[in-house]
Amino acid sequence: MTLFRSLFDIIGPVMVGPSSSHTAGAVRIGLAARSIFGQQPEEAVITLYGSFAHTHKGHGTDLALIAGLLGYSLDQVEIRKAYQLAQEAGLTPRIHLSDEMTEHPNTARIVMRRGDREHSVTGISTGGGLIDLTEIDGFNVHVSCEEPVILVFHRDRPGLIARVTHILADEKVNVSQMEVSRKAKGETALMLIATDGEIPERALKGIELIEDVKSIITLSALKREAL
Amino acid sequence: MIIEKFAQIVDCCERENKSLAACFLEREVELGDSDQASVLKRMERNLQVMEEGARQGLEGVESFSGLSGGDARRMLDYSQSGPPLGGSLYFQAAMIAAAVNEVNAAMGIICATPTAGSSGIVPGVLLACRDALKLDRRAQLDFLITCGGCGLLIGNQASLSGAAGGCQAEVGSASAMAAAALVEAAGGSPKASGHALAIALKNLLGLTCDPVASLVEVPCIKRNTVGAVNAIVAAEMALAGVTSKIPADEVILAMGSIGRMMPVALRETALGGLAQTPTARKISQMLQGEGKVDLENL
Repeated sequence: MTLFRSLFDIIGPVMVGPSSSHTAGAVRIGLAARSIFGQQPEEAVITLYGSFAHTHKGHGTDLALIAGLLGYSLDQVEIRKAYQLAQEAGLTPRIHLSDEMTEHPNTARIVMRRGDREHSVTGISTGGGLIDLTEIDGFNVHVSCEEPVILVFHRDRPGLIARVTHILADEKVNVSQMEVSRKAKGETALMLIATDGEIPERALKGIELIEDVKSIITLSALKREAL
Repeated sequence: MIIEKFAQIVDCCERENKSLAACFLEREVELGDSDQASVLKRMERNLQVMEEGARQGLEGVESFSGLSGGDARRMLDYSQSGPPLGGSLYFQAAMIAAAVNEVNAAMGIICATPTAGSSGIVPGVLLACRDALKLDRRAQLDFLITCGGCGLLIGNQASLSGAAGGCQAEVGSASAMAAAALVEAAGGSPKASGHALAIALKNLLGLTCDPVASLVEVPCIKRNTVGAVNAIVAAEMALAGVTSKIPADEVILAMGSIGRMMPVALRETALGGLAQTPTARKISQMLQGEGKVDLENL
């Protein structure tokens, strides 16, 4: 199995210490959550599990997650002052520690709120600063944030997947990975589509207009390091 | 072609009469869909981060836990009071490795090589040896490219994470990468680099990851000094014509297999070894309480 491809997977990333999994990965989970929320939340309830819960103080995992939510990248020393920056930016972070067992030891769940908007994201830090999102708004997903992703929340109806992929095909967008999940038959379902390049605005508009599509969220690829 | 084994890259170097750095750079350009100039530019930035880290660490930093910092500064003051017993170049390598890793512990900016926990070793070796070897800027970037290429071979055949393979996968890998690159920088052959890689990694096989209070501080920072010095010893042995009886790829696979056999308590969980000594437990308790270690009252 080839885990590492580039020289810069080995010599890099440039990051604020002390840990690529507990600090750099945590910044990226925060950044991904912010990107999903689409704006800065007013409140973020952050629950840390496993090793994140036990060692967050020493690794600055809480600081890193908050800094990511504020839009800071992994090589900005401002991460150290994340609580102060959050206050200045109007974000109230609340940290909870959970002793619940999770599949991965480095897990964080973030519930973001602004006005009556609420979204939740669970992320795991898999090592070397790489992350996976495993839950979005209660749906189980698998998002590595290495490529752009569009999340389509829709009513669970036959033919809907075809209509969405048709629009992408018309805009010459190549789908690299696709995943569908639902909470129950006929209820809200989530279609997760990873693409090779960013999805044009026109395609997004087209998908949003499809009957039975409730909402869409786009998530850009996270750079492996801030350059 | 994806190169998976050290033996393959040596073949490639010998067939095309090229250095390891040249082969790894070509491969990066091919796979990364990029050009040489941008790879070198990116590596230059990494080198600058290493230089800045060394500078900050030698000035003296302190970690948030209060558990580490200031040792590189102590070493600098000591070396200025008279020549170090083991020779100034070896001492410099150890001192710079400590400096950069102290900056990492203090939440400063570092370049992971291959990880944050082992980020002092490659800069320690390169910055200590570059003047003695009269390496120009490009040769220094080549040093980092060879380090990176060797790290790819180790990571893809074994592991680079303490959680998966113990400290041998982090400090061991960094030391092996630096040893191979140092041989090349000193004019040794790709084969000799392989021997240096194998010797350096063999010397650190079995090293466990048992960090006190789960922090990347004790024993990580001091292990970085040993990783740097070990790399120079291994490189000099290979330059002297000493060979590793076990080839580099087999040593790498052995490291991976030892990592898999290592109990979970000794793989970054802080459930065993140094992390469970009475003093380490006391440190953990202090951190849970006040969030800072009172070194006077340990």
